[in-house]
Amino acid sequence: MNIIVCIKQVPDTTEVKIDPKTGRLIREGVPSIINPEDKHALEEALRIKEKNNAKVTVLTMGPPQAEVALREALAMGADVAILLGDRKFAGSDTWATANALSCAVNKIKDYDLILCGRQAIDGDTAQVGPQLAEAISIPQITYGQKIELLDGKLKVERELEDGYEIIETPLPALITVTQNINHPRYPSLQGIDSAFEKEIIQWNADDVGAEQEKVGILASPTKVKRSYTPSAKAQGTMLQGSLNEMAAELINKLKEKEIIQEFD
Amino acid sequence: MVKVKISDSCPEYSISINGVMLSRGDDFIDIEDSLELQTAIDNGYLETQQEEKSEEKKEEGPKVGEEVWVFAEQRHNHISRVVFELLGKAKELAAELNVKVGAIIACEKDTELSKQLISHGADKVYVIEHDLLKDYKNDLYTTAISEVVKQEKPKIMLYGATHIGRDLAPRIAQRISTGLTADCTGLHIDETGLFVQTRPAFGGNLMAEIKCPDHEPKMSTVRPGIFKATENDESRNGEVIKVDVKISEADQITKLIEIIKSKKKTVNLEESEIIISGGRGLCDKENFKILEELAGIIGAEIGASRGVVDAGWIAKDHQVGQTGKSVRPKLYLACGISGAIQHRAGMQNSEFIVAVNKDPNAMIFGVADIGIVADLKQFLPALIAELKK
Repeated sequence: MNIIVCIKQVPDTTEVKIDPKTGRLIREGVPSIINPEDKHALEEALRIKEKNNAKVTVLTMGPPQAEVALREALAMGADVAILLGDRKFAGSDTWATANALSCAVNKIKDYDLILCGRQAIDGDTAQVGPQLAEAISIPQITYGQKIELLDGKLKVERELEDGYEIIETPLPALITVTQNINHPRYPSLQGIDSAFEKEIIQWNADDVGAEQEKVGILASPTKVKRSYTPSAKAQGTMLQGSLNEMAAELINKLKEKEIIQEFD
Repeated sequence: MVKVKISDSCPEYSISINGVMLSRGDDFIDIEDSLELQTAIDNGYLETQQEEKSEEKKEEGPKVGEEVWVFAEQRHNHISRVVFELLGKAKELAAELNVKVGAIIACEKDTELSKQLISHGADKVYVIEHDLLKDYKNDLYTTAISEVVKQEKPKIMLYGATHIGRDLAPRIAQRISTGLTADCTGLHIDETGLFVQTRPAFGGNLMAEIKCPDHEPKMSTVRPGIFKATENDESRNGEVIKVDVKISEADQITKLIEIIKSKKKTVNLEESEIIISGGRGLCDKENFKILEELAGIIGAEIGASRGVVDAGWIAKDHQVGQTGKSVRPKLYLACGISGAIQHRAGMQNSEFIVAVNKDPNAMIFGVADIGIVADLKQFLPALIAELKK
């Protein structure tokens, strides 16, 4: 069985700080990590590999430094790592990213299952997984919280707002997973050693036959018009006095606003 | 200024008036009144736009086609609340563009569904009825909705950023090759007539304005609780259009085996009018009891910051913020929450915000209407005592 795991290297947004003077985002010094949910996707692939003797290929599209993320994936136990990188891909939106990835997946050719994280923490769109599935015309199941492989079919629990649903799909299929599916392992020392011996396959746009009108910033249907740091609204009233005085004043204000009513 | 354009009887492809080039096929443009202009009009080379004419146009009502659509998500034959929120925004956008609001729904049988959509703001409802469309299925819904979109060519299309919307919209966007912007918090038409989608990025640390200039429909997903739902007005009239889409069992690759509803009581933060949220300032899981006591008195639901959810003090469905829920209650009472931008992203649209925090520099005070610098473990009991008086 051949499994492809799509991962993305992202800035750790929980470490992002704002300059208190300018109110701007401090972009320097933010560590890069494997997108958390992508790590869960990789863990799931490794668990399937352990049970079913599968080959796990990690695929990422990104700049040369994304190699660090691929090395970490190899250290966790992936067999093959592919870095899809080209200036022609720069500025791709989710549609164009899915197109680029689809070319790489078609070049890999032999696959039964594609696993992705549900969404990346820098964009939070959750779109690339489904868009890749559509680009290569295979079924998708998003928000996977449990995956079972039975007689060449997958049974997947898909998380819903108020429960979950069970969906069965033939292979090949693309599944995106949430963090509830498993706990990703730490790389073993042996894994880390061997990760640095393995070669990382580098593919560019021409290698995968990506058409210019389907990838990159110019081909992307959506464009960023501008971006800005959200401004805080004007300072409200700070209450003064003892605890009881402040409590009484708050209750009065809430009654004035008709948010709470008089009590008997 | 006179509004003119080249008339059909003008022998030239383009002419120059007052140094301004006018070409056939151009819309009306403003030209300064002059002898040259009057001569061209008298010769029948130009036609002028009459004021009465434009009024007449208005009476004709909205333009045909180019509608603003809402995907009307239904679950168990019940329209999701976010659909009514989207209809409210769609009405605003459609009014700006002078077009109609359309809703598209896939279901087994249109019982009262289209009627509800009309009374909540839809001018037209496109109904796809089929036994196979009873429950949401990605493959069948993508095929059915994409077909109708290709036929009817709406200009803008909005989806709820629900577990269904976020599964369906990207698949449709890829199939019909158009742009999709996720989790929009603002949608408007700018002064040039461009549809602008605002969304948070970088965990809410940045806001980005996205446009989709060359593709239609321009599509967005919007999280529940971002926009205000429209009022139900049963006197509204609308048109119901039944659309036939060819789908069959063979188009169904995946099989939906079962839908399991969670047994535990679901937390409905998006619809509650008062939310009391707790953060790390609670210091201990046990102190949620103080929040619960207060919630019992004023009829509130309990929310939480990511910190306390990650610490395992409360279940994830209570989480408010970028990776939790977006809420806009009448009152949001933030207790012991520092107000990281990720949290504020989910609650800053609340109508009235009260923050209690012992750190006077806590960021939460930046979005609060009323701030109280105090330890919540002392202040809330005082508040409860005062309410009981």
